Amino acid sequence: MIYFDNVSKLYNDGRSAALQEVTFQVAPKEFVSIVGHSGAGKTTLLKMIIAEDNPSHGQVFFESLDVHKIPKTKLPHYRRKIGTIFQDFKLLSHKTAYENVAFAMEANGRDDKEIVENVPQALALVDLDDKAWNFPNELSGGEKQRVAIARAIVNQPDIIIADEPTGNLDPIATYEVVQILRKINDLGTTVIMTTHNKGVIDEIERRVITMDDGRIVRDDATGKYVL
Amino acid sequence: MITALRRIVKAGFVGFWRNSYVALASIFVLTVALFVIGSTMFLDQLLATSLNTLQTKVDINVYFVPDAPEEEVERIRNAVAALPEVSVVQFTSAEEALQQYRERNQGNEISLQALEELDDNPLGSNIAILAKETSQYESIARFLEEQQGLESAQTQVIDEINYAKNKDSIDTLTSIINAVEQASLTIMAVLLIAAVLITFNTVRLAIYTSREEIAIMRLVGASNVFIRGPFMLQGIMYGLISGTLAMLLFYPLLVWIGPRTEAFFELNLFDYYIVHFGEIFGLLVGIGVVLGLISSMIAVARYLRT
Ligand SMILES: Nc1ncnc2c1ncn2[C@@H]1O[C@H](COP(=O)(O)OP(=O)(O)OP(=O)(O)O)[C@@H](O)[C@H]1O
Ligand SMILES: [Mg+2]
Repeated sequence: MIYFDNVSKLYNDGRSAALQEVTFQVAPKEFVSIVGHSGAGKTTLLKMIIAEDNPSHGQVFFESLDVHKIPKTKLPHYRRKIGTIFQDFKLLSHKTAYENVAFAMEANGRDDKEIVENVPQALALVDLDDKAWNFPNELSGGEKQRVAIARAIVNQPDIIIADEPTGNLDPIATYEVVQILRKINDLGTTVIMTTHNKGVIDEIERRVITMDDGRIVRDDATGKYVL
Repeated sequence: MITALRRIVKAGFVGFWRNSYVALASIFVLTVALFVIGSTMFLDQLLATSLNTLQTKVDINVYFVPDAPEEEVERIRNAVAALPEVSVVQFTSAEEALQQYRERNQGNEISLQALEELDDNPLGSNIAILAKETSQYESIARFLEEQQGLESAQTQVIDEINYAKNKDSIDTLTSIINAVEQASLTIMAVLLIAAVLITFNTVRLAIYTSREEIAIMRLVGASNVFIRGPFMLQGIMYGLISGTLAMLLFYPLLVWIGPRTEAFFELNLFDYYIVHFGEIFGLLVGIGVVLGLISSMIAVARYLRT
């Protein structure tokens, strides 16, 4: 479903390469974790998938679609197929938890009936029904991340992309977030996640891609955190 | 489509309310800008009116000899009135001139006595000519001088044209009027540009605080229209509110200053404000809305690129 074909990314100075000749595939319903030292190129790799940045060489495919050939005006449309989760949550600070989740549906052009039905469902899935009307600054880090997950899944995307979703969370909140991601994956959504957390990898027991200096150095079918 | 519009409108209002600090700052600056623009408009009106009254005070007087034949006087009077540059010709008959002379010299026994000793009215009739514009006096005077030149010694009708006497003061006035008009235009232009730039900057700064929100909206897959819409609506709201505020601010100011401008410029600005309320209100709100809308569109466009 995702296919990287010999992708390299050089940043403006040209001296350092964030990605070097990266080639791999992700099949539907897979749960892929990407690990590596800071600066290994994990975030850059995820940015390629959501077309937030262009590769210097190579191509990225989403199904049969060349991601970086999508015209700018069609990009919002493409991104609605992907749910994104970030280390710093990226919630809209002037909107409540409910509104943050609803916004993703509104932007997607869903009708009011769907929104009224699906937003509470998504919030229930992340166990936040009781905090729906709180603003982000009234929520803990774990709760914020769960709002972000609810937002990412509410449009029933084909794939979830999570960049260090547990990076700012304590062990208990981390555990909760990982459980939710696994549940989403069990329900049939592909998940690609980056992490620094060995415990998380061991817990998930799924495919792990290890990166170093912009290259893929290992690709294990089941959970090994080797660094 | 309708749903999207409704959502944009709702987001605009909610954003306005929750971002009220930023909204207040923008409205404050926009109100000041509109106040400045309005003030220059009033000032310009004041200048225009006073220049008008000044101009009507300039004229050319033609004095006819006392025994000038009435038909000749009538002919010249009509010829002058027919000139395209002339706006008003005011005729004063010999009797009226005498009457005015008496009134002017009331209490001046010697002059009045001298007048009594004369059998005939020593004064002739005269006409006062107003041009449409001050610069046109020159050509009117030339026309009159030509008429004077045509007359032979026996049939002399025009006694004196006082343009030459007034010429210097008319010239000075004309150049002062031109200078003042140019200066006020320049000042208005400078103030306007400053007001526009400051508004642009404030709204840009206000939206700068929302740049992260804009980035997040893009990541969630919101289209540009959907992101831009609420900001545009807020820009329009800034304009509406600021225009109304500026209009309200002028009220007490003009109540106070109106009588003063009446004494000095012969125009009561407060009356002018009341009579032209709708126009001024529409103009201020219109400028406010255009300014708010354009500056928010430019500001958001920066974060929607790439
Ligand atoms: N916009 C940019 N301009 C220039 N260099 C960049 C840019 N973004 C990333 N880089 C460089 O690319 C390399 C990879 O960065 P990336 O953010 O992908 O690392 P990462 O694996 O996500 O690290 P971390 O675990 O700390 O998040 C780094 O050396 C970084 O300095
Ligand atoms: Mg990173």
